[in-house]
Amino acid sequence: MSTRSLLAFLGVCAVIGLLAFGLLSKGEAKIAIGDPAPDRALPVLGGPGQGSIAAYRGRWVLVNLWASWCVPCRQEAPVLDRFARRYGKRGVSVLGINVQDNSDDALGFLREYRVRYPQLRSVGDERSAAFGSTGVPENFLVDPRGRLALIWRGPVDGDFLEARVVPLVEGRR
Amino acid sequence: MSQLGGFISLCGINPPSRWLAIAMLALSLAPGVAVAATPRTSVNDVEDEVMCPICGTLLELAESPQAQRERALVKRLIAEGRTKSEIKDVLVAQYGRAVLALPSGSGFDLSAYLVPAIAFALAVVGLGVGVSRWRRASRPPPGDDAQSKGPRGDDAERLKADLARYDL
Repeated sequence: MSTRSLLAFLGVCAVIGLLAFGLLSKGEAKIAIGDPAPDRALPVLGGPGQGSIAAYRGRWVLVNLWASWCVPCRQEAPVLDRFARRYGKRGVSVLGINVQDNSDDALGFLREYRVRYPQLRSVGDERSAAFGSTGVPENFLVDPRGRLALIWRGPVDGDFLEARVVPLVEGRR
Repeated sequence: MSQLGGFISLCGINPPSRWLAIAMLALSLAPGVAVAATPRTSVNDVEDEVMCPICGTLLELAESPQAQRERALVKRLIAEGRTKSEIKDVLVAQYGRAVLALPSGSGFDLSAYLVPAIAFALAVVGLGVGVSRWRRASRPPPGDDAQSKGPRGDDAERLKADLARYDL
């Protein structure tokens, strides 16, 4: 192979490599029931320290991805807060992860809707990408072993929680 | 300051009032100096350099609820007197690096600046080499004149014979 052919080959390889890198880096994560819940330590929203889903190992955790600018999140937040208080003593926690938002607006939202369950904050959409999220709100039920038991890409209400989440956490399904 | 005092005495202000006048003048100039030192930025100046990360467009083109919140944050930071650079730092801390419309000048982002520059340099070199080759190819070889472009060898002999036959 002549030098010129080698240079042309290397140039084509570099262009294909760059295109492949661009496509792969934009790819969204695919998650499924039974997979380990995507997890990493995140800062506590409005407070010191960090938290993670792993900190709730041994309990059921309903992970809620939300943002203050999201309209359906306004109806959902009080429902989740009631659910957290009702099922907290039965081994179920609700964990909010604020995404694609700024912390001042997020804290204002929590005050306005009187949300008291624990909250973590993901800068930008890093956590949304990890959950393969397409928007907010989205909800993920994580079992006591840290595996996904339910994936719900949309808002939840009281009826949904009773029909789809409670049977799982009470072992009826 | 002594020059200022001299100027005030020239204006006919009594010595006891002089230092009061100097102090008042200094106070009246101070805000102007501060404004000149930190030029105030504007929403327009910032929103054409940052993205609405969820919308995937420049903030100035976005009208989604998330963009409106981001714009409100920019306005709040401007009201606090932050510079454009400080505002961008806050936006990166809140929304991540995806909020910047321009790639940073380090790491992999550097390739966004380097690749076009290298491609341009290679194109210039390639063009230079091509032009020089083309000019060399179109130039007659050394020692080659118009006569030597005629027929050679057998052809030349045949031509000579033909010309002799016509007795020109």
